[in-house]
Amino acid sequence: HGPYQPHEPGYGLYQPGYSPYDDQIPDPNSRMLAIQNAKAYLLQSSTTSGLNLYDHLANMLTKILDEQPTNVVDIIENISKDVKWAQFRKKTDTLRDEHEVIPAFEAAEKRKALFLKANGEGDEELEEEIGEMPLPNVMETAFYFEQAGIGLSKDESYHIFLALKKLISVQPIQTCRFWGKILGLEMNYIIAEVQYHEGEEEEETEEEEVIEEGGKGMGEDEDEDEDEEKEDEPPKSTYKPPPVIPKEENGTGANKFVYFVCNEPGKPWVKLPSVTPAQIVCARKIKKFFTGRLDAPVVSFPPFPGNEANYLRAQIARISAGTQISPIGFYQFAEEEGEEEEEGGGGRDTYEENPDFQPLSVAEMVDSLTTWVHHRQSILNQGRCVWLNPFQKSEEEEEEENEEEEKAEEPDEQQQEIGPPLLTPVSEDEGIQNIPAWTAQPSTNLIPQYAVAILRSNRWPGAYAFASGKKFDNIYFGWGHKYSPENHAPALPPPVQAEYPSGPEIAEARDPTLEEEQAFKAAKEEALAAAEEEEDEEDVEDDEEEEDD
Amino acid sequence: MEAASLPAALELVAGGGAGLSPEKRAALGASLLLLQRDYRFERVWFWGCIQGVRGAYYIAEGLGPDRAAPRSRLYSLNCVEWSLLPPATEEIVAQAEQLKGRFQGDPSFEYEYTEINAEDAERLFEDGKEFMIKEETRLVATIDQIDRAVGIIPRGAFVKTPLGSVHENRNFEGLSLTEAKKLSSYFHFTEPVNLKNKTLLEKALLDPSTDFLDSLEHDIPQGSWTVQLEKGGTVVVLRSLLWLGLTFYHVPMTKQYGYIYFGTGEKNLDLPFML
Repeated sequence: HGPYQPHEPGYGLYQPGYSPYDDQIPDPNSRMLAIQNAKAYLLQSSTTSGLNLYDHLANMLTKILDEQPTNVVDIIENISKDVKWAQFRKKTDTLRDEHEVIPAFEAAEKRKALFLKANGEGDEELEEEIGEMPLPNVMETAFYFEQAGIGLSKDESYHIFLALKKLISVQPIQTCRFWGKILGLEMNYIIAEVQYHEGEEEEETEEEEVIEEGGKGMGEDEDEDEDEEKEDEPPKSTYKPPPVIPKEENGTGANKFVYFVCNEPGKPWVKLPSVTPAQIVCARKIKKFFTGRLDAPVVSFPPFPGNEANYLRAQIARISAGTQISPIGFYQFAEEEGEEEEEGGGGRDTYEENPDFQPLSVAEMVDSLTTWVHHRQSILNQGRCVWLNPFQKSEEEEEEENEEEEKAEEPDEQQQEIGPPLLTPVSEDEGIQNIPAWTAQPSTNLIPQYAVAILRSNRWPGAYAFASGKKFDNIYFGWGHKYSPENHAPALPPPVQAEYPSGPEIAEARDPTLEEEQAFKAAKEEALAAAEEEEDEEDVEDDEEEEDD
Repeated sequence: MEAASLPAALELVAGGGAGLSPEKRAALGASLLLLQRDYRFERVWFWGCIQGVRGAYYIAEGLGPDRAAPRSRLYSLNCVEWSLLPPATEEIVAQAEQLKGRFQGDPSFEYEYTEINAEDAERLFEDGKEFMIKEETRLVATIDQIDRAVGIIPRGAFVKTPLGSVHENRNFEGLSLTEAKKLSSYFHFTEPVNLKNKTLLEKALLDPSTDFLDSLEHDIPQGSWTVQLEKGGTVVVLRSLLWLGLTFYHVPMTKQYGYIYFGTGEKNLDLPFML
């Protein structure tokens, strides 16, 4: 409290000789004392935080002088806050770091594993690979799609490349292709389309046969039980579920390829189960996002027969059938020795590469859609690629039926469904309203001689195809749903069924409405009143009888 | 996303499969700078690309000194020549909401109304105009709707000065990983709607300089954002399910963030059925 400076509030109030401190002996070094007092005040530790202002200001100014930010005065408060924050951070530093960084480290480990060579790989394997090349050149495909602005980042593409290589080394695969990526809510799916070597897939079918036989055994037991309890039974349901349409054999139709998925390159590949027609039919009616977990249930109406893995497989099947296209002439039908007629009347379902393929120019590929053809069979309404009459029994089953049941009335014969034959040009695809099914563009207008022809699907947004010279490919990046300009309307529940069939014992009738009941009551009362008048002359017993009504 | 960080940012949002070809990237690098010079913008954002049936629209936005002021929007068909779009008015947005279907790719294409009933027609067309709306107008309305609904920024990236204008926060060092996974750390970069509805307790915790916008927590329907860690857990990517194609990325603990739209420009009205 030395002599007040002009800017301090006490200035001028106290005249020398009259100030309250005049009785004290003024220190010759009053200024020094003032400074010491001020410094002592600044060095006072705060009771709450243990810091003192002196050190804090020193740290702050040191930081500012070290970093020399522009317009310091505007951000001085934030710098002060940062310095204080830095003081406290050190104690919890180690804990925080470990906690936060773990997920990224694990993921990096997995990706690093991709880059390490598997054990036992030597020069011999390289020679083998040169003969058969199941591994697709993902980077090359990515390059062509990149010319159109489609595709993942180069890092991700390379990781997928390595992950596919790992898949091939583990499974006996004949051909492999990167099918695309489907986005999901929690995680995404990376999908590989694969064809096994012949004879590698017998394990699955054995399991299914066992299940069917087990089912039949159970049926016989149940019949015995029911015979005993015939007395007090509710009427049996006459509901016959529509016949289950069997799925197509592995290697044909919708199950021609096997699909493997993983959430991120580096994670293990999971094989998707084959698709059944019931799943495809149901998948056409629902529209749900994928969560990213294969075992997630699909809650929908109509109820989807399966979990997310089945729904994913069904959508992949639909997308492949609808959008896998190739330049005309790339594939041709294999020459067959015998006649082409088959029982179902379906077309050929095999094709092979045309060794004499002459690529068309990019301008031609883009101008008209007749230069592209579908090389995957389309899926019929039934859910299969080759129509199957569900009421045609095989010989064995016919014998069984003749023994047990009389042949129930056969529902109307179903019309055979025929889809467009294989290798139909893409120009035959139906558009939606006034939008064509495909949009064709060259990748660049500035350098037409090196342009790539790009087709984008409008019915399945996210499906793309490119062609450049002899190379072509298809890919899908999207959410996995079909485009519909109308809003999705879920199926309504079916109308309420009658509980019992009407017969001599049981007849169902609607409950009378309130008006009907009142009208009936009024009519009855009138009848009573009329009867009373007649009987009024008679005994009281008649009244008692009436009360029983 | 910022024009300056476009190449790096495109790598980070490429997880959805959509991006730009090298030709467009190179063209944008030059033309966005020229936009900044010609229109005297302080910042230029590349907003994204709306894919029409026959062509695509590339959209850029320019910001002035107040970042929250209405932005100028420009479109281009080839990333080289840009045209300014008129500002969006409520009328235009209401009219364009009636339209369904894809964009055509031709800015002068005229849509005809077919499904509109008499009452709406009177309301929207008071001066007795024909039922035609140009695709350019629809473009304006769609971009405005998308920005309003799903244009997001991380919390703390922008500060509001006492004078009311909004600037970038120079002290924003990025969200931490735990914060980045929460929806409450992201704000809609548009006029706040729900801010006043918060309880007093919640308001007491807000910092008026950084918490002056709506957060994503209370978006309807719940679950209309997917939050994922990509690239081995180094990038947080948010994707909108209401406007499919809007992707927001942020690298935690760094200043890199931005959003971009690659899509068809249609709202996903089936969202409640799909979740």
